[in-house]
Amino acid sequence: MDLNYSAEELAFRDEVRAWLQQNLPADLREKVANYDHLSKDDLLRWHRTLAKKGWVAPAWPKEWGGTGWNVVQRYIFEEELGFVGSPPLIPFGLTMCAPVLLQFGTEEQKKRFLPRIYNGDDFWCQGYSEPGSGSDLASLKTKAVRVSDKGGDHYVVNGQKIWTTLGHFADWIFCLVRTDPTVEKRQEGISFLLIDMKTPGITVRPLILMDGGHEVNEVFFDDVKVPAENLVFKEGKGWTVAKYLLGYERMNTGRIGASKRELAKLKEFASSRNISDMRFKDRLSRLEVELMALEITNLRFLDQMRRTGQPPGADVSMLKIKGTEIQQMLTELMVQAEDPAEAREIAEKLGPRYCSMRKTTIYAGSNEIQRNIIAKMTLGL
Amino acid sequence: MNFDYNEEQQLLADSVRRYLQKDYDFEARRKIVASKEGWSPQVWAQLAEMGLTGLPVSTDFGGFGGGAVDLMGVMEAFGDALVVEPYLPTVLAARLIRKHDILGSVVEGKARLAFAHAEQGARHRVGHVNAAAKQSGAAWTLDGEKKAVSGAPMADKLVVSAKDAKGIALFLVDAKDVQMRPFRALDETRSADVVLKGAKAERLEGGLAEVEAAIDFGTALVCAEAVGAMKFACDTTLEYLKTRKQFGVPIGTFQALQHRMVDMYVAYEQAKSMACLACSKADSAEDAKDRMRSVSAAKIKISDNARYISQESVQLHGGMGMTEELKVSHTFRRLTVITEQFGGADYHLERFASL
Repeated sequence: MDLNYSAEELAFRDEVRAWLQQNLPADLREKVANYDHLSKDDLLRWHRTLAKKGWVAPAWPKEWGGTGWNVVQRYIFEEELGFVGSPPLIPFGLTMCAPVLLQFGTEEQKKRFLPRIYNGDDFWCQGYSEPGSGSDLASLKTKAVRVSDKGGDHYVVNGQKIWTTLGHFADWIFCLVRTDPTVEKRQEGISFLLIDMKTPGITVRPLILMDGGHEVNEVFFDDVKVPAENLVFKEGKGWTVAKYLLGYERMNTGRIGASKRELAKLKEFASSRNISDMRFKDRLSRLEVELMALEITNLRFLDQMRRTGQPPGADVSMLKIKGTEIQQMLTELMVQAEDPAEAREIAEKLGPRYCSMRKTTIYAGSNEIQRNIIAKMTLGL
Repeated sequence: MNFDYNEEQQLLADSVRRYLQKDYDFEARRKIVASKEGWSPQVWAQLAEMGLTGLPVSTDFGGFGGGAVDLMGVMEAFGDALVVEPYLPTVLAARLIRKHDILGSVVEGKARLAFAHAEQGARHRVGHVNAAAKQSGAAWTLDGEKKAVSGAPMADKLVVSAKDAKGIALFLVDAKDVQMRPFRALDETRSADVVLKGAKAERLEGGLAEVEAAIDFGTALVCAEAVGAMKFACDTTLEYLKTRKQFGVPIGTFQALQHRMVDMYVAYEQAKSMACLACSKADSAEDAKDRMRSVSAAKIKISDNARYISQESVQLHGGMGMTEELKVSHTFRRLTVITEQFGGADYHLERFASL
């Protein structure tokens, strides 16, 4: 048993860390540290910097621009991104749409979309949730009807998506739509469609969250014509595609690197505010211990994955549960550590951050859904 | 990075587990616990036969010179089976003795040891020692009272901490030369309060720093034992949820209980991760501070999660979880003792924050 990285892995980490330190623009680092909202330009600038270096999509096959790194190296890279405090790499293109195309897409689809995702030419968003379909995703109603006319084969899409993160920046959206409302098993009537956001009939309406930020949207589809060639995999097999994506190597959902950076910041902050309250210190220590444990748990999954060559099972849901609980507690303690006299700072910075992080236990499969997954898949309940 | 046991560690852990499954099931253990002595010499001989008593002893005395990671799989198996024989007390004391012929008898399974350290009012402060050591010529005698010395009733020799003119020192005392008030602890292991009145003693090497290191070593082992007990508590509760029927269905179909079961498993995995940390740092920390910080972090998590899992396992068993008949109630008691053994979460939170 050895909990430490090997000398080669440490050298790799140092190389990544040094490069990130040198190449992360100061203004972006500052914005992330201040919890400022990032513009589309901010996000793309960082994406393109990594693309130029060849590091924007490590997990892709080498022929499409992947780095050929093993799982441990990929994990180290992602944690270093979080630890240095870089803008997030928006996952919808890089780690959601692309793996789907690589697994299920036609050669034409891969050639058409993958290079543009890699280079940051297209900004993608995800069209899964609907007002009536949150955790119960398979109940979705957005309808796509296949029609043939002199322009060729099309789907005509009608309906509404919700919680569309960064939909207002997006050039493309990948959607789950209902192509067959008659099948008995409702999962079998769902298809996976790629839709150009500039298509007539699409309306994006902002949903402002309680931190005052505009991140998510409602997207309305009103007789939107989508070329049939934008169907991924087979009609009625969208659920298979969606499930594949759920099982896609989610090794970084714990966000250990970013939380370590936030923890260091919180400790420094608490000591600058001269907090002597033992109860606060205890909560801070328990949080640190939980994060230490999660990092080791994450490495245990990684070690297992490296040895077996198998993607992690449903157990990996626990990384999401614990990781998001930690992220939330970090912001909660930050607000509590602040001097009450600095209510302005709380109102403008720490408070909104705390409010915003409540989303983490709700999005990407709520933590209750994660528990359902473990109960069913791992425990056999 | 590698979380596997090496081949020797794995083989040993497997053979201990097989042995315990065969000869130390719940019924066999119940008989041992109910006996007057509260431990089984046959079991002890078997543990020695498998090399367990020699595992932590230096090769100079016929042992294997093993560390905490070498013992981890064994301790997990002991936690699962709720072994009451005084293995941990013997290991802990042997570690403090380091050089002495008694170690040869320990390896052979002929002697058991205990570490008499804690005193009234010490809580878990390691440096709180009032027992006094007096020297006359080459001979030492000890006076004082030690509390809750685990394994003392069946020990042949005790390692005793006492103060001499220079500070805390360690002594080896024959069990026949002390007065004992034995009792059965909450977890059914045997323990004793020990009174020393001019007890003849041999001076050992080492002082406070060695005691701290040994207690951290013992803490790491108890973390591993806790992980084994927690795993049993989780597994047996899961089994119960699948078989117990109410309202015409297994109670495991209720989401309220499913989520609690999931949280128990997550708590177990987090605890296991920290036991790995404690054992590897007990063996190979950069320095004492690194070791103490890691062991405290681990014990905070183990204490919190042992309490959580033990309480939930009883609750999810309903009334049956309260009964002597089910092993889970005994696991509950062992885990309850573990939460405070070598310092509970409060103690370790203070130490963790101070380092």
